[in-house]
Amino acid sequence: MRREALAIPLGALIAAMLLFGLFMAALGQNPLEVYALIYRGAFASAFSWQNTLARAAPLVLTALCVALPAQAGLMIIGGEGALVTGGLTAAVVGHALAGAAPLAAQLTMALAAMAVGAAWIALAGALRHWRGVNETISSLLLTYIAIAIFNHLVEGPLKDPASLNKPSTAPLPDAMMIGRLPGLDVHWGLGFGVVFATLMYVLVRHTTWGFALRIVGGNARAARIAGLPVGAYVLLACALGGAAAGLAGMVEVAAVHGSANASIIAGYGYGGILIAFIARQNPLAVLPVSVLVGGIAASGGMLQRRLDLPDATVLVLQGVAFVTILASEALYGRLRIFQSPAIRAERA
Amino acid sequence: MTPALGWWGVPLAVLGGAVRVGTPFLFVSLGECITEKSGRINLGLEGILVMGAMTGYALSHATGNPWVGVLAAGGAGLALGLLHGILCTLPRVNDIAVGIALMLFGTGLAFFLGKPYVQPKAPTLPSIPFGFWSDSPQVQAALQVNPLFVFGFALALVLTWAFRTTRWGLVVRMAGDSSDAARAMGYRVGVVRTLATGLGGLFAGIGGSFLSLYYPGSWSEGLSSGQGLMAVALVIFAGWNPLQCFYAALLFGAAGALGPALQSVGITWGYYLFNAAPYVVTLGIMIVTCSPRRTLAGAPGELSINR
Repeated sequence: MRREALAIPLGALIAAMLLFGLFMAALGQNPLEVYALIYRGAFASAFSWQNTLARAAPLVLTALCVALPAQAGLMIIGGEGALVTGGLTAAVVGHALAGAAPLAAQLTMALAAMAVGAAWIALAGALRHWRGVNETISSLLLTYIAIAIFNHLVEGPLKDPASLNKPSTAPLPDAMMIGRLPGLDVHWGLGFGVVFATLMYVLVRHTTWGFALRIVGGNARAARIAGLPVGAYVLLACALGGAAAGLAGMVEVAAVHGSANASIIAGYGYGGILIAFIARQNPLAVLPVSVLVGGIAASGGMLQRRLDLPDATVLVLQGVAFVTILASEALYGRLRIFQSPAIRAERA
Repeated sequence: MTPALGWWGVPLAVLGGAVRVGTPFLFVSLGECITEKSGRINLGLEGILVMGAMTGYALSHATGNPWVGVLAAGGAGLALGLLHGILCTLPRVNDIAVGIALMLFGTGLAFFLGKPYVQPKAPTLPSIPFGFWSDSPQVQAALQVNPLFVFGFALALVLTWAFRTTRWGLVVRMAGDSSDAARAMGYRVGVVRTLATGLGGLFAGIGGSFLSLYYPGSWSEGLSSGQGLMAVALVIFAGWNPLQCFYAALLFGAAGALGPALQSVGITWGYYLFNAAPYVVTLGIMIVTCSPRRTLAGAPGELSINR
């Protein structure tokens, strides 16, 4: 039921805010002041909106890396690995294409990053389908392997000799940096995220393909009996999710950092897991939730400056929210006010 | 590296490193082993480990006694483990998802509360000099064994024995292999699993205190390099056997110590790749031993990764 799907996560978020407020009060802070500052740091001015949206952009894409495989019944938590490999690919391809027409080069970078990210997550899906290897753990291991390869290449063969203190790949030419959305002072990554999420929503909820995908996720055996190629659906869902996370890596490289370095390993992959769960794996709901989580992350600096709270404060709030959201799963179908009158009458 | 040992310093450094780097692996893997034997997965050991490291360091700093810190770290781990266990007892709550949440929550809370302890120096754990007979400083350094490692080894032996022969061990294994059977015998599966997860959290918390109180021996936000996350893979690697967890932890520790050891004799190539060796090995083992038609040998039947 739709009302329930909206009310329960909202209620869980409010419960998280209450718990976090108690925690703040126990430490001698005024919870209302903390929340007012979070609001100011996240949504009160044009500047804070820019900050929020710039953080939300990669989160939308990494959340899709959780939400899309989830449609096929897989729990992938390795979006960080796809982001890292995608970002590295984009930096290498962009450097190799220096001098080419910027738009063509950007397009190639994006496609290459998406392809590598897709392959990275599809590997976890393939191992699950053909070898029975648990995809949650394999995707996590693949993330560590991706980060090791990334560090090896960025601090070794691909290192730009000019980057002394912070090993990086050679910087992209300025012309190849992706610009800002017209009217908004936010880079195009946000646009990519909105388009990707919307397309995926339509694909999953309003096409036959998406319907079949959800059958595979709901009951793989029933899907097989109905003659659906389960393996192909699993692989494609993983590949689409990986492509999203790979694109997030490209955006971080080509819109924010200008080269591939350790800064792109910022935990966006793990933030995406949180968002996908709050959004209940709905690709469209990922958008507002990403803005919310991005806003909370963006307000960390404000809390640090004004109240002298550690920058990890927002991590605590995110953690509490994640826990209450998961605990609220137990409430679905149990709250009387959301039950249809017929069921209520029957139970009475 | 002095010329007296030269290349022989590498295996020696790897051995010493295996013990030093492997100890946190040992504790988290034993903790995860208990949890998984009862039929649940706790992916949140990473958060518990970091929280244990912070608590241990803070309490050691406050009381001046590192052993109080170790106990407090265990207590913090127990609390977080019980939180995981209780949340998972609620209907339709997924243990893997709760683990991910606990990972974020535990690390966030530890970073938040640990901010004042980044600078001050806390008393750390003493070490046992098993290398007293040698004149060579390298040998002595390699055989400086920390007391928690000895404790962890004893724990692995006790757990192996307990799972095999005690009623308590049998109940945990039954809850993990067939919840129906456990229920039919009159045991409350949710309670057994919650307690097992709490105990697992306790061990992981102690493992965390090793990081902050012995090696590297200070508290910082980059203290853990994913040892808690590795626990799940390590237990699979060890085939859900506590004694094999011990060997696996040593092996993973040795793999982690190989990069720095080679670096000390001038080989810097592939430092990060050597660090990734345990992950590659685990993935390889999972690929070889898994099959879509049967579960892993020794895997508890109720474990969600086997379904």
